[in-house]
Amino acid sequence: MAERILMKGNEAIAEAAIQAGCRHYFGYPITPQTEIAAYMAKKMPKIGGVFLQAESEIASINMVYGAAAAGMRVMTSSSSPGISLKGEGLSYIAGSDVPAFVVNVQRGGPGLGGIQPSQSDYFQSTKGGGHGDYRMIVLAPASVQEMASLTVKGFNLADKYSMLSMILADGTIGQMMEPISFEDVAVEHYPKPWALTGTEGKRKHNIVNSLYLNPEVLEQKNFERYEKYKAVEASEVLYETYMMDDAEIGVAAFGIAARVAKNAVAAARAEGIKAGLIRPITLWPFPKQVLKDAAEQVKAFVSVELNMGQMIEDIRLATECRRPVTLCNRAGGMIPSPEQVLQSIHAAVKGGN
Amino acid sequence: MDHKRVTLFAGHYGSGKTNIAVNYALLLAGEGKRVSIADLDIVNPYFRTKDSAAELEAAGVRLISPQFANTNVDLPALPAEAYSLVEDRSVYAVMDIGGDDRGAYALGRYAPMILAENDYRMAFVANPCRPLTRTPREALEVMREIEAAGHLPFTAIVNNANLAHETTAETVLSAAPYMEELSRLSGLPIYLTCAEARVAEALRGRVEPLLAMKLQEKYFALPEQRDKPFC
Repeated sequence: MAERILMKGNEAIAEAAIQAGCRHYFGYPITPQTEIAAYMAKKMPKIGGVFLQAESEIASINMVYGAAAAGMRVMTSSSSPGISLKGEGLSYIAGSDVPAFVVNVQRGGPGLGGIQPSQSDYFQSTKGGGHGDYRMIVLAPASVQEMASLTVKGFNLADKYSMLSMILADGTIGQMMEPISFEDVAVEHYPKPWALTGTEGKRKHNIVNSLYLNPEVLEQKNFERYEKYKAVEASEVLYETYMMDDAEIGVAAFGIAARVAKNAVAAARAEGIKAGLIRPITLWPFPKQVLKDAAEQVKAFVSVELNMGQMIEDIRLATECRRPVTLCNRAGGMIPSPEQVLQSIHAAVKGGN
Repeated sequence: MDHKRVTLFAGHYGSGKTNIAVNYALLLAGEGKRVSIADLDIVNPYFRTKDSAAELEAAGVRLISPQFANTNVDLPALPAEAYSLVEDRSVYAVMDIGGDDRGAYALGRYAPMILAENDYRMAFVANPCRPLTRTPREALEVMREIEAAGHLPFTAIVNNANLAHETTAETVLSAAPYMEELSRLSGLPIYLTCAEARVAEALRGRVEPLLAMKLQEKYFALPEQRDKPFC
């Protein structure tokens, strides 16, 4: 067995990023993700990397933009209000088609909200967040091991498609500790001929920019970018299913909610209820097909979320509203209990809310 | 194991200080002593002494906790009643110190009184399975940083080698050379070994003294993890 190490989710992200070749971290502290910055502050100087605590989130995301333009594997991390501040920079990075890796360890909102766990930035991360037409690859870990493996995946995908990728975690997975190993780390490398590395007088200079003076050219850029997004949707969807083979009630949940839901599904099965779980791992691209196929089989869906009902809209779109979808949720930093999810499963069996 | 009037648990964050402090306080209460426990953690937002409030209360242990612990207020303020632990010498005091040097700054205001009374044990909680204290030298570095921040020298080492639900007796036993090396480097004795109750059962008679612990249940175990035995 590979060497096991006991890590916090936030630490797992930081260590995995280093193992993925990230040597540039720019951030600003905010609970509940500060251990990422603290780990980077301790480790980066020892391995010749850069840790920089910027004067604000806005400064840090623009430092990320700069390092990304120079072809570096670069990241930042924050929690909900901090990600809002980074929104403009994220849009610039997307509009410049450079790769960067971003972590959002969500806390309750809106506004300053609170410091307890939440999933209420689902819309923000999967539908935009910054201005303009753009997408980010959004990865939703449900364990400390996945915090590590999806971080490496996030860097790989960002470079592969030259775009933004994001870990959308929540405070609980950021703070909780589990034994993990780093045996599965497979770092991929992609050429970056567009990077601003210095011409040394030997080649034409590269330009990284999101400003286009000619609207026809800007339109064309958008069309090309969306072709790239189509390729991501075609080949990068990730999800897990649990007891879905003969399921009549399809529970859908991601991240920490999926752990709670899994216990509820197991409890429902013990009562003889044919429940199953679909856990999207990529929130964008959303696993539309598995939900569409499940709609052929299940009587109803239950969406379990730590928000007021955000992913539920994508479930309804993916299933073309062919089956009822009910919401089982807590908000503001609260987490549904397995008992609450089980009650929602009972209600779905009866065909009510 | 012998007890001092004031016992403090400090160490790298995530080393297990809170679980040990709570279980140690319950042990003292079980021996019929009047016990107070203080949560002096000003850095950790989630997993705290206050999570064990009901259990501590049932055992007659007085809990002193930051007013805003487990709320949305991210305010590192300690209650005035925390002074009672160093002023009232008729109770056994257990202090749960925040992780690393940043967590130990709060200790500085109580340190002069603890030193003046001179009936304390400042225990360094060590877990070699944690990423930034993989070697005794790294642990020693954390130890020195905490002492500098908290103005209180360590007097003992606590072996808390664990891999959460994957911990076996072997996890604890194989940490012995690490603990002995840390003891040699720091000149401090290994005071105590801690393990979750089922692991402790397997260690009974092989490691002394041993604190068998009931761990805080704020863990989102998966069905497959729940079914897995500890040993």
